[in-house]
Amino acid sequence: MKSLIAFWNILKKDVKTYYLKPPNISWGIIFPLSWTLMQLIRSPDGSILTLLPGLIAMSVLFGTTSMLAVTITFERSSRSFDRLLLAPISLNTLVLAKISGTILFGIFNAFVPVVFASFFIDLSAVTWTTVLLAVLMIAITSALTGLMIAVSAKQVFEAQTFSNFFRFPMLFLCGLFIPISSLPLVLRPLSFCLPLTYGTDLLRGAITGVRAFTPVISFGMLLVFSVALFLISRCKIDRKWIL
Amino acid sequence: MIKVAHLTKRYGEITAVDDISFDIRKGELFGFLGPNGAGKTSTINMIIGLSRPSAGTITVDGIDVASRTKKAQAIMGIVPDESNLYNELDGFENLCFCASLYGMRKKEREEKAHYLLEQFRLEKAGKRPFKAYSKGMRRKLTIAAALIHSPKVLFLDEPTTGIDVESSRHIREMIVELKKNGTTIFLTTHYIEEAERICDRIAFICEGRIVASGTVPQLMDRVTHGHAIQFVTDKTSTSYIGDLQTRFEGSVVTTRSGNSLVMRSDRRIPLYPVMEFFHGNGIEVYEARELHPSLEDVFVELTGIESTVLRKEKEKGGFS
Repeated sequence: MKSLIAFWNILKKDVKTYYLKPPNISWGIIFPLSWTLMQLIRSPDGSILTLLPGLIAMSVLFGTTSMLAVTITFERSSRSFDRLLLAPISLNTLVLAKISGTILFGIFNAFVPVVFASFFIDLSAVTWTTVLLAVLMIAITSALTGLMIAVSAKQVFEAQTFSNFFRFPMLFLCGLFIPISSLPLVLRPLSFCLPLTYGTDLLRGAITGVRAFTPVISFGMLLVFSVALFLISRCKIDRKWIL
Repeated sequence: MIKVAHLTKRYGEITAVDDISFDIRKGELFGFLGPNGAGKTSTINMIIGLSRPSAGTITVDGIDVASRTKKAQAIMGIVPDESNLYNELDGFENLCFCASLYGMRKKEREEKAHYLLEQFRLEKAGKRPFKAYSKGMRRKLTIAAALIHSPKVLFLDEPTTGIDVESSRHIREMIVELKKNGTTIFLTTHYIEEAERICDRIAFICEGRIVASGTVPQLMDRVTHGHAIQFVTDKTSTSYIGDLQTRFEGSVVTTRSGNSLVMRSDRRIPLYPVMEFFHGNGIEVYEARELHPSLEDVFVELTGIESTVLRKEKEKGGFS
């Protein structure tokens, strides 16, 4: 019960102090919106449906990785994070509480392009349960990637640089806009090592019906990535922040 | 309450804390003093579970910190040297948030937050964001946050550094009050006089080792201070200091400032012949008083740190 109280209050505090701030809300809306608009102008013939999975995945990825990396690095540099490390709560509870706010923020980001696209295209054939599940899993893996970045960064600008180092290659390697089959052969194995590849494929399957892997494989891989990233992050925090 | 045995911390080749041992009794106010880089922060971080010892053991209220860190942390209140609450939250919210980390329920944490805001005379600032607080107010709220779960042991790292006199006095009063109520307090401060005034026992740490520990009178006894008298005269002391030294063999005469000098001797200094010397040389004496060693003198003697270095560190606020 005590852990639950701590978990809920860390989440509530993060949502209030970071995610509900006007600059972050506007970023969460403007960024996905501008990408959607850009694609809509580029493809006015209705192919926006094929681009929607990539737009959703990208919105979640950009929303979550940088937010968590920056907020944690900020709390580390102001030493307010020490307060959490010194509280009688387990490291698992702490990590879960910190990533939960980001996951919610990522989910919010994901549905901006969906809402916008709904004004222009018919989305009645979309399998929404799979979309929601895919968005959740992408948000979890991206948030944990952000946490790993935070563990490696000492300053906020370092966290931002590291985030971009991970994110931009992913845009091209995960089949968001370029199909993996069109990638050079040497890069393809790399694509299969990235969680976003499976998240995008799940989304694509749910929205357009075209997929490279079965939903079970994609979901299973995302689950494996989530557990692995969680354990690595937890281990890294334990090793690097408790000296 | 706190037992530290053979505690060592190494960072690669550097030994920050070198085989130190000490005990702190229940309800005791224990002062931990040392210059920058002495190993003070490393020691505290190991006790509070923010750092792992390379060797040695720490128990807090019988709980082994290394193996049951979270259980030990539940009975600790920690005030770091920097006020590290959340700028975006107001005073009341900050206290409630800190209480929630210890699993306190809403009603309980709100009642305790109101009580502490009142105790620390911050009730009017309770709804103001933390970033709008003055340095003294920030410090007080940080201490209040450490007390929100009624800890058995309180760690205070430089609680009065860089804040106004009134706030400092109030914080000192609160520390003494907490001690009276049975809270065990581990205090580091760069104000040696502060430690001298309020601590039950003090330990000096230097280059990772405890060079001395004990009550203030016990520490005072450890220095060979002899006797010393300070004179303030109407003439610059450098003009006659040589003659005085010659006249009173066995004494050491040093200049303190322009018109002031200090005479030291292993034996008691007879005042009449000295006054006669001054009179015979046409020097007016405005003041003559016996000097007693301060805790700062003890510290200087035991650590070998020059008092000038000490003063510089104090001016920078870097000595702790």
